Amino acid sequence: MLYFAWVRERVGVAEETIDLPPALVTVADLLDWLATRSPGHAAALSDRSAVRVGVDQDFAGFDAPIAGAREIAIFPPVTGG
Amino acid sequence: MIAVRVQAEPFDLAAEATALTAGRTDIGALVTFTGLVRDHGLSLEHYPGMTERQLCAVADEACARWPVLAGTVVHRYGDLGPGDPIVFVAVAAAHRAAAFEAASFLMDWLKTRAPFWKRAGDEWVAANASDDEAAARWGGLPGDREPG
Repeated sequence: MLYFAWVRERVGVAEETIDLPPALVTVADLLDWLATRSPGHAAALSDRSAVRVGVDQDFAGFDAPIAGAREIAIFPPVTGG
Repeated sequence: MIAVRVQAEPFDLAAEATALTAGRTDIGALVTFTGLVRDHGLSLEHYPGMTERQLCAVADEACARWPVLAGTVVHRYGDLGPGDPIVFVAVAAAHRAAAFEAASFLMDWLKTRAPFWKRAGDEWVAANASDDEAAARWGGLPGDREPG
């Protein structure tokens, strides 16, 4: 797992390696599960409309499957340029 | 055909533009855009790996949509001061319409889909709805996914 910008600050770490429970099927399942890991995770994920997700470096919707993913990132809407 | 770079270092606008057209006689139009930091300094975070991967995808998309002959995209990260160049897009084509449109397309994508996050002082800069509206005119963009 990778976290960026204020998601990283609220979670408290930039990255962590996790063996995901096989019951987690979609990105939404993952977010629900992650939110139970710590108060920081819960704070970062309290407003789902404010976070975006990348699965193996491609943008992924909340209904996207996570099976086999090696790198999942959670971050705020982007503000480049 | 469009080179992309993500870097902390400053870039030289004139050198980038000159390098793109040097020795070419097929280029009739060169459009360049430079984004500068306004008012206050910024710190930019990005997602190493995904940024380059997504930039390459949108550069390929621009080349598929317009007859682009050459191009360069540079986006900086790290600490930037007021007036510092932050982003550079250059597109060369035989005629101006393709060059203008492809450059505009690339900038709209960079503002709305490139995984960069700006921090001004202690605050993370919020995404701008007008940038999303500007990007919507191109139809689907690489990286389009709305949250479930």
